[in-house]
Amino acid sequence: MTEREKIFARIREALSVQAPLPGHHGAPGHHTSFTVAPSAQTREWLPPTGDPFEERLARFRTNATELKATFHLVSDRDELAGRLLELRDAEGWKKGASHSGELTDAACSTLGLPVCRTDKSFDVNELETCDAGITECEALVAQTGSVLVTNRSSGGRALSVLPPHHVVLARREQLLRDLPEAFELLKKKYAANYPSMISFITGPSRTGDIERILVLGAHGPKKLTIFCV
Amino acid sequence: MTSPSKQFKEQAEVLTHDLRHRDIIQTAMRKYEVVRDKNRGAFQDYQSARQAAAETKWEAINHLDKHLEILTKNLEARGTKVHWASTGEQAREIILGIVRDKKARSIIKSKAMTSEEIHLNDALEREGFEVVESDLGEFIVQLRKEAPYHIIFPAMHLTRGDIKELFNRELKSDSSDNPEELTMVARRVLREKYIHADIGFTGANFAIAETGMVSITENEGNARLTAALPKTMITLLGIEKVLPRLEDLALFLPLLATSGTGQALTCYNSMYGGPRQPGETDGPEEWHVVLLDNRRTELLADPEQRDALHCIRCGACLNVCPIFRNVGGHTYGTTYSGPIGSVITPHLRGLQDWKHLSFSSSLCGACSETCPVKIDLAHHLLQNRRNATRQKASIWWKIGFGLFSFVFNRPSLYKLIAPFGRVGQKLHPLVKGTKLDPAYAWTKTRETPKIAPQTFKEYWRGRK
Repeated sequence: MTEREKIFARIREALSVQAPLPGHHGAPGHHTSFTVAPSAQTREWLPPTGDPFEERLARFRTNATELKATFHLVSDRDELAGRLLELRDAEGWKKGASHSGELTDAACSTLGLPVCRTDKSFDVNELETCDAGITECEALVAQTGSVLVTNRSSGGRALSVLPPHHVVLARREQLLRDLPEAFELLKKKYAANYPSMISFITGPSRTGDIERILVLGAHGPKKLTIFCV
Repeated sequence: MTSPSKQFKEQAEVLTHDLRHRDIIQTAMRKYEVVRDKNRGAFQDYQSARQAAAETKWEAINHLDKHLEILTKNLEARGTKVHWASTGEQAREIILGIVRDKKARSIIKSKAMTSEEIHLNDALEREGFEVVESDLGEFIVQLRKEAPYHIIFPAMHLTRGDIKELFNRELKSDSSDNPEELTMVARRVLREKYIHADIGFTGANFAIAETGMVSITENEGNARLTAALPKTMITLLGIEKVLPRLEDLALFLPLLATSGTGQALTCYNSMYGGPRQPGETDGPEEWHVVLLDNRRTELLADPEQRDALHCIRCGACLNVCPIFRNVGGHTYGTTYSGPIGSVITPHLRGLQDWKHLSFSSSLCGACSETCPVKIDLAHHLLQNRRNATRQKASIWWKIGFGLFSFVFNRPSLYKLIAPFGRVGQKLHPLVKGTKLDPAYAWTKTRETPKIAPQTFKEYWRGRK
């Protein structure tokens, strides 16, 4: 018998006796499975969010600011280009890192810097020296102020976490209401073939491990800037 | 070799009188409580969310075989190698085997309590491999050669001054005690380690059966880097981590964050579905997932306490526990401390050796109240006490309770004996607070309650 078979045998033996349902301590459960997922109504319990764009926007802005991310809603691509140049000059970027995409390609040509491309094979040591990682995303989540990335949409696993400044370029229609909607999107888009990494990024990297005092940039980016165009 | 019980009592005695320790812990906990309450309050219906989380976990655990089969099938379909370990020793051997096979030198780890449970670092270091913890708190306690103090806040017992001294000594840094400066010291040291590590090792918070994914929650980005840079990735998780559906995470991620650190959502919540896939440019070439039993199936076999396997290791019960807050995390001498540790350790490591943990409880119920998946912790502590006594009661226990029930079952005898209490109390001041006092364990720190001048029956008969 393999270890796998032994473990399954122990599990099946253990489960031959039923356990009470949560909140019914003492009484044995007669329930075998739930016809509706217990988490089906999650949206009704989580912090409230409104559906109109203005409400989603206001909530995302509040949450992102509270998380110490920077959020800009820009009116068009020209404004986006201008803002990126401001950022480049203010921080003195010498080298960027990015991946190919409609928004990122335009941003890279605007910046006019050498760019490390992570969607072809790249050297981690080179990525480590870049001043900013510029990526697109799958979605923005108003409820939590999160950016949803996958390695397919955002230039792999390292790009959004290795450079010290993560710049996200999103489109207005990507601003979702809440977490359940984000998971619906993932299922609809990828159910047949999920990317091997999916990540909800909620503010710049942080730690509270020293006296519970907030410090940004523990391992990941110290800064997170989100542009929504 | 002292017994776990003796060690617990001795260390608890020291720490309950350590005012500096108390001050550090209370300050940290107060900061946590403020944000936790704010973010719990932001839920539209927190209690329904808890109930649904408990039911989802119930469903996962009570059909564990089914969900593990689906999980394994889906993981393997994307090229992940799944291993099974009945014991900690087997898990260590599997992991050592992979490390040797890859001719690896160094391993970068992101936080994993399961690896503490199987003492993985010791095993790897004994064989000459370099193991580096990358979570800041874990890195600090690793440098101190200590176990984590708390399952979420490993270094909460240390001040910035302690950490400054540690870094200046061990890392030859020249930092002030500013937390930001200290964090940057660790960031610099660990960045180097990441780039050169051969193997990335992680734990897991959830495993999603339906999509064959492992979900990892963290704030620092260290797990993200661990899963991005090294060529080989190893993930160790207990078999109880499984959830049925991907969208269950929409419920569990916010609950874990609010209970764990008090945040609305932790900074990085990442789901991994395989090693690097065709067309992807980074990520590990190989991913090994090790599923660990290590007596979890024994807990599963106890329907009364099976719900202890619902635990999502948020640490909320530790934070509210008056015992934990006074005796501290290291006193337990276990991987998992606080109420959840007191409940599960007897199952994982032997009831008779670890039953004392279930007795060191005030039974206030704060743990059951705060648990985001509604584990009935306070009752499980009582059940452990009952089981321990049923299995093996000490002779003093039998004599004591034998006498107690003999007297209390006989009203005339009780009536005869009751006045002795009053006499006894008059004589008590002669020995009170000294070691001759039969109630010394109580009276050395507390007043004894006064016995009433007359019994209720005497009062009833004498009333006008």
